[in-house]
Amino acid sequence: MPSPSLIESKGFVLLTAFTFFPEGPNAYLKYHLFFISHFYLCSSEYPDLRQHNNCMASNLTPAIYAKLCDKTTPNGYTLDQAIQTGVDNPGHPFIKTVGMVAGDEESYEVFADLLDPIIKERHNGYDPCVMKHPTDLDSSKIHSGQFDDRYVLSSRVRTGRSIRGLSLPPACTRAERREVERVVVDALAGLKGDLTGRYYSLTQMTEKEQQQLIDDHFLFDKPVSPLLTCAGMARDWPDARGIWHNNEKTFLIWINEEDHTRVISMEKGGNMKRVFDRFCRGLKEVERLIQERGWEFMWNERLGYILTCPSNLGTGLRAGVHVKLPLLSKDPRFSKILDNLRLQKRGTGGVDTAAVGGVFDISNLDRLGQSEVQLVQTVVDGVNYLIECEKRLERGQDIKVPPPIKQFK
Amino acid sequence: MTDPFLRPSVLPPLTGVLAAGARTAAMTKNCHNDYKMKFTTDEEFPDLSLHNNHMAKVLTKEIYEKLRSKSTPSGFTVDDVIQTGVDNPGHPFIMTVGCVAGDEESYEVFKELLDPVISDRHGGYKPTDKHKTDLNFENLKGGDDLDPNYVLSSRVRTGRSIKGFTLPPHNSRGERRAIQNLSIEALSSLEGEFKGKYYPLDGMTDAEQEQLIADHFLFDKPVSPLLTCAGMARDWPDARGIWHNDNKTFLVWVNEEDHLRVISMQKGGNMKEVFKRFCVGLQKIEEIFKKHNHGFMWNEHLGYILTCPSNLGTGLRGGVHVKLPKLSTHAKFEEILTRLRLQKRGTGGVDTASVGGVFDISNADRLGSSEVEQVQLVVDGVKLMVEMEKKLEKGESIDGMIPAQK
Repeated sequence: MPSPSLIESKGFVLLTAFTFFPEGPNAYLKYHLFFISHFYLCSSEYPDLRQHNNCMASNLTPAIYAKLCDKTTPNGYTLDQAIQTGVDNPGHPFIKTVGMVAGDEESYEVFADLLDPIIKERHNGYDPCVMKHPTDLDSSKIHSGQFDDRYVLSSRVRTGRSIRGLSLPPACTRAERREVERVVVDALAGLKGDLTGRYYSLTQMTEKEQQQLIDDHFLFDKPVSPLLTCAGMARDWPDARGIWHNNEKTFLIWINEEDHTRVISMEKGGNMKRVFDRFCRGLKEVERLIQERGWEFMWNERLGYILTCPSNLGTGLRAGVHVKLPLLSKDPRFSKILDNLRLQKRGTGGVDTAAVGGVFDISNLDRLGQSEVQLVQTVVDGVNYLIECEKRLERGQDIKVPPPIKQFK
Repeated sequence: MTDPFLRPSVLPPLTGVLAAGARTAAMTKNCHNDYKMKFTTDEEFPDLSLHNNHMAKVLTKEIYEKLRSKSTPSGFTVDDVIQTGVDNPGHPFIMTVGCVAGDEESYEVFKELLDPVISDRHGGYKPTDKHKTDLNFENLKGGDDLDPNYVLSSRVRTGRSIKGFTLPPHNSRGERRAIQNLSIEALSSLEGEFKGKYYPLDGMTDAEQEQLIADHFLFDKPVSPLLTCAGMARDWPDARGIWHNDNKTFLVWVNEEDHLRVISMQKGGNMKEVFKRFCVGLQKIEEIFKKHNHGFMWNEHLGYILTCPSNLGTGLRGGVHVKLPKLSTHAKFEEILTRLRLQKRGTGGVDTASVGGVFDISNADRLGSSEVEQVQLVVDGVKLMVEMEKKLEKGESIDGMIPAQK
C-alpha cells in the first residue's frame, strides 16, 4: 500500500511523490485526490489559533489535526470536542492554560499524538512515551510534617479520582453522571470512625444545609469559568452533583464538578502530617469500598491517575498551606526561592486570586512524575524553609536562595 | 503554529461545501448517541422539576424514549436539541423556548417534540397549517406617516439560513467559514443604495470597531447562557462579521445566532421605506445564494427555518422606538398591546428596560401570518398608540379608542 509522506516546514505542507503503485495510474489518482481532499477538508476545519497562548495551540499542527480529526474514542468523543475549550479561550500572555480536556480514559490514547507533547510541556519535561509514574500513598514516610502554627494557618491536600468505565465530565451523559454519584455515595456510606459522614446532594439540600456549607467554605458553585463551561462541564447542572463530608469536617469529597470526584483533607493549623495521613487512609478506604462493588479508579503506569484536565494527571495532588510570609513575600528573591523549591504561590481564594495580608497559599508545582509522598515531602521541606527565611528576616538576618531541587527522582 | 498557506480565508467556498458534504456522509452515525443507548430512558431523562420553558412543558418520558435513538443526517440528537433548556430552567414570568434546531432536518426528525413546542409558542399553530410568505412591499398600506416627534426610529429584522449547512448550535468551523465566504460574495455584489463593506470580527481595526459600536451595529460574543449552552459561541470570533451599506441603513450579521440576520433601519417613522429596503435587499441577496445552489431554508409549513423555533415563519421583528411616557403608565397599556398583537421591549432590545418612556414596540407574531401582515400590524398599531398618547397629553380619555382583539 503506497504511503504518502507529509513534510511540514515553516507552516507550508508539501506532499511528496508516492513511491510505488501496483494498481496503476488510476489508483494513484484516486488515492491522491482522496488524500488531498481529506487534507483540504481538515484544513477548512483547522481552528484559527493565531491569537492563542495555551498548550493545545502550541502543539496542534495542521498535520496532527489532519491525522486525528476523524478519530473518535469508543464512546464517540472527538478531537474537536477535546480542543473546544482551548479554541474558545485564547488565554493570556502571562498565564498559559492547557487548552484541552479528556472526555474519557481512552482520549489519552486516541489523541496521544496531541496529548503527549502537551503533557510533556505542561509537566516540565515528563515524557509519557518513555517514563513511568510512581504512586505512593504511604503517609508514614513523611517526616517533619508539623509546621509552626504561628505561621501556618491551615493545611490541605487535594486530589481527584475518576471511576473507570464512565465518561469524564466534559462528555458524560446524565445517566453516567448519576451512576458516578451512586457508586461514590454508596461507597462513602461505608466509611467509619473519624471518617463517618454525610452526603449533601446539590439538588436536594435544604437552605439551612446550604448556608452551613457556605459558612464552612465547602460549597462549590456551578462553574462560571469559561475554561470549564466551554468544555461542557456545567451541562445539566445541578443534576447528580453534591458534596460529602465527615462529621469532623476534615475530609471532604466533591462529586461531579470538574472531575468525577475531588478528595480533600484539611484542617486548621500546621499538622500537614495528620492531614496527609487522613488523606491516604480515606482514599485507600474509598478505593477498597468501590472495588468491593466491582468498580475501580482510572489509573495507568504511564500517566498515573486519569483526570479530566491533563494538568492533573499523575498524582492529581495539590498539597498546600495558608502561611503568613509578610516579609519574605516582599523580598525580591521570593519567586526564585519558590521556583527552586518547586513550589507555587496562589492567593488565599485559590487559583487566580490575590494574597491578602501577607498570607499565601503555597503548594507543590508538580503533579506527574513524582509520587504523592515525594510531592508532600517537597511541600513540607519547602514550607519549613520558607518559615525559616521569614524568621531570619524578622531577626534582621539575611536569607539564602536554596539550590534548585531535582525534579524527577 | 500559523499556517499562512492554508489560512481558511484563502480557501474557496467550494472546500467548505466539500467539507459539509463529506462530514454529512461520514457522520450518518452518531457514535456517542449509540453509546448512550445502553442506558435506559429513565436513567437519561433530564430532571425538569424546576423548569419553566416550552421544552420542559412538552417533553415527556414517552416522547424522549421515542426520539433518543434518532439523529439527523448530520448527527444532531434530541439531547443536543434540549441541552439549552435543561441548563436554563427559566424564570417564572418569562417563558423561553428551551430548545434549538441543529439543522433543517431537526424540525422533521424531532417533530414529536418540536411541533407541540411550536404550537405553544405560536398561538396554537398546527402541524398541518401552512405559512404564507409575502415580501411584496407594495402590499403594505401607509407606514410613511408615523409622527417623528414620537417615533424616533424604525427597524425591520429577520434571519435567514443557508440551505446545505447545519445551524449555529451544530455547525463546524469549516461550514461557518463557507457561509461567511458565500455571504461576502453575495453582499459585495450589491449596488446602488445597497453598496457596502464587510467587517470580519477577527480582522477589524480599532477604529472600525469603535465606529461600529458608535453606530450600534457591533454584536458581541453571546454571553446569554440561553445561547452559550446551545453551543452558538463556539470558536468565537472565527467567521463572524458584520456587513453594512455605506448609508448605514441595511445591515447583515453573519454567523451570530443564525447564519444571517438581515436588518433594515433608519431614524424617524418612515416604516414604509424601511420595509421596502428590507424586501428589496433580501430578494437581491437570495438570488445570489440561489445561483450557488445554496438558497435559503424554507418550507410551506414552517416558512423560513431558523435556529430558534420562536423565529420560524417570517423570523421578522418589525418595530419602532417610540415615546409613550403617558400611555405606558396607563392601566390598559398591556391589554392594548395584546389586542394589537404587539410586544414591548426596552430600548436595549430583549430583556432590557425602557429609558425615558421610550419603548421598543414590535410585532409579537412570527408564524402563521406574512411579513406584510406583521408589519401592517406594527404600522397600524403604533399609529393608534401615538394618537392615544396625544390624547392623554391633552388630559382626555382613551377609553373609546381601545381596539378590539386583532
